[in-house]
Amino acid sequence: MSLKKALATATLVAATVSAPFALAADKVRIATEGAYAPFNFIDESGKLKGFDVDIANALCEKMKADCTIVAQDWDGIIPGLMARKYDAIIASMSITPERSRVVDFSDPYYSNSLIFVAPKSSKFSPAQVKGKVIGAQRATIAGQYLEDNLSSKVTVKLYDTQDNAYLDLSSGRLDAIVSDQLPAYDWLRSKEGQAYEFKGEKIDIDDKIGIAVRKNDKLREKMNKALQDILADGTYDRINAKYFPFSIY
Amino acid sequence: MNWSWDVIFDNLPKLINGAWLTLELVVISGLIGVMLSLPLALMRVSKRRWVQAFPFAYIFFFRGTPLLIQIFLVYYGASQFDVIKESALWPILREPYWCAIITFALHTAAYIAELLRGAIQSIPKGELEAGKALGMSYPLMLRRIILPRAFGIMMPSYGNEVILMLKGSALASTITLLDLTGMARTVIARTYTPLEIFLAAGVIYLIISAVIIALFRFLERRFNRHQHWPNEKPKDLDAQL
Repeated sequence: MSLKKALATATLVAATVSAPFALAADKVRIATEGAYAPFNFIDESGKLKGFDVDIANALCEKMKADCTIVAQDWDGIIPGLMARKYDAIIASMSITPERSRVVDFSDPYYSNSLIFVAPKSSKFSPAQVKGKVIGAQRATIAGQYLEDNLSSKVTVKLYDTQDNAYLDLSSGRLDAIVSDQLPAYDWLRSKEGQAYEFKGEKIDIDDKIGIAVRKNDKLREKMNKALQDILADGTYDRINAKYFPFSIY
Repeated sequence: MNWSWDVIFDNLPKLINGAWLTLELVVISGLIGVMLSLPLALMRVSKRRWVQAFPFAYIFFFRGTPLLIQIFLVYYGASQFDVIKESALWPILREPYWCAIITFALHTAAYIAELLRGAIQSIPKGELEAGKALGMSYPLMLRRIILPRAFGIMMPSYGNEVILMLKGSALASTITLLDLTGMARTVIARTYTPLEIFLAAGVIYLIISAVIIALFRFLERRFNRHQHWPNEKPKDLDAQL
C-alpha cells in the first residue's frame, strides 16, 4: 500500500470511527476462511457457501446491513481483522482466552467438540497414543489441544489447511488426526472419507464458536441482537437443519 | 498499538531452532543441486541434439513451474500412489524433511545448470583454443579451464540463486516442517503477534543472507583471482611466466 493510500485509509477509518454508528453499520465486511466444509467453503462456481456464510447473511438481514463476505486464509484471519481489512470474522472461530485478548467475541452461535479420526482398518485408540504421529490444522483448537496435551507423547504435525491433514492421513504419514467433530462428520460422509471413522469418544473441551470483532467495536452488540432474533424466529434452526440432522447450538 | 518485545525474546530460542533447519535445508539441497547441475549443464552445452533434449526438458519443467507446486507434488502427490508407498523409497519420501531436500535440490539444480551453461558458453574462445593447442584432452580442459573459469563467471549470479533458495525454503513450512517460517507461524498461532514474530524472523533471514553474501564475495575473489593480478605479488607472476 502506498503511503498516500495508507493515509487516505487512516483518515477514512478515523472518520468512520467518529461518525454516528448508524452510518458505519451500513456496510459490514465479513471474513470467512472458505476451506472448512460444511461451515465455510468455496463451491464449484467459486462462491462462498456453508453454515457460517448462511448465518452471516441471516445476521446481516436482521441488522439491515449491506454485507460483503470475503475469503481469508486462516492463520492471517485475526491480523486481517486488526488491520481493518474487514469488520467481523464469521468463520467457526472458537472463543479462547488467547484470542479474547486481541479481539471481542459475540455470544456463541454453535458448540464444537474435538474427536480423533483414523482409518477404519487401524487399531488406533485415543487411550494408547504413545509414539504415534498425529496431525491437526495449525492455529486451531485441535492444534492447541495436541500441543498442550499430547506433545510429550506423540509427534505433532501441523497443517495449513484441514484438507492437507486429510491428505496426509490418506498417505499414511499420520496415524490419526485430531479434528473438530462437526466438519469431520461431514468429511466422513464424503467419498474421500469412506475409509475413515471416529475413534474414541468426542473430547468435550467446552468449545464455543463466536463471531470475532475488533476490541470495543459496537458491532458486537448488533451481532448479538441479530443472533437472538434468528434464534427466536426459527431462521437458525432452518440453517442448522440444512447441514446437520441434530442441533449444533 | 500494543508492541511487545517480550514475545520476541520469549520465542527467540524457537525461532533460532527454526533457523537451523532452514540453513540445513538450504545447504544440503544446495550441495546436491550443484552436483546434479554439473552433468545437466555439460549435456546442455553438447552439440548433439539428443544429448541436449533431457536437460532442456528438465530445466524447462523446473524453471517453468512454481516451487510451491513442486513441493506439493512431491509431498502430497507422490504419497497418493500405492506403488510409491510400497516401494523402497517410501521411508525417505514419507519424511517431509527429505521431500523438501529433494524438491529444493531438483529445483535449484535446474537454475544452476542454466547459470553454468551460460558461464561455459561465455568463456573466451581463445582460452579453449589455447588448451587445445597445448594438446589437452577434453577431461583435462574441463578440469583446468572450463569448470574453474565457468565457476568464476557464474559465482555472482549463483550467490543470487542461493539467496533465492533461502527465501524459497520458507515453503517447507507448508509440508509441516518447522523451519524459520513454519516456527514463526506456529508461534503466531498461539500468541497472535504476527508483526513482532515476523519482524524477528525477517531479521534472522537478513542475517543469514548477509552471511551468504559475504561467503560469495570471498568465493568470487578466489575463483576470479587472476582478474585482480595487480594485487598479487610479482613473484607469483614470474613463476607463472
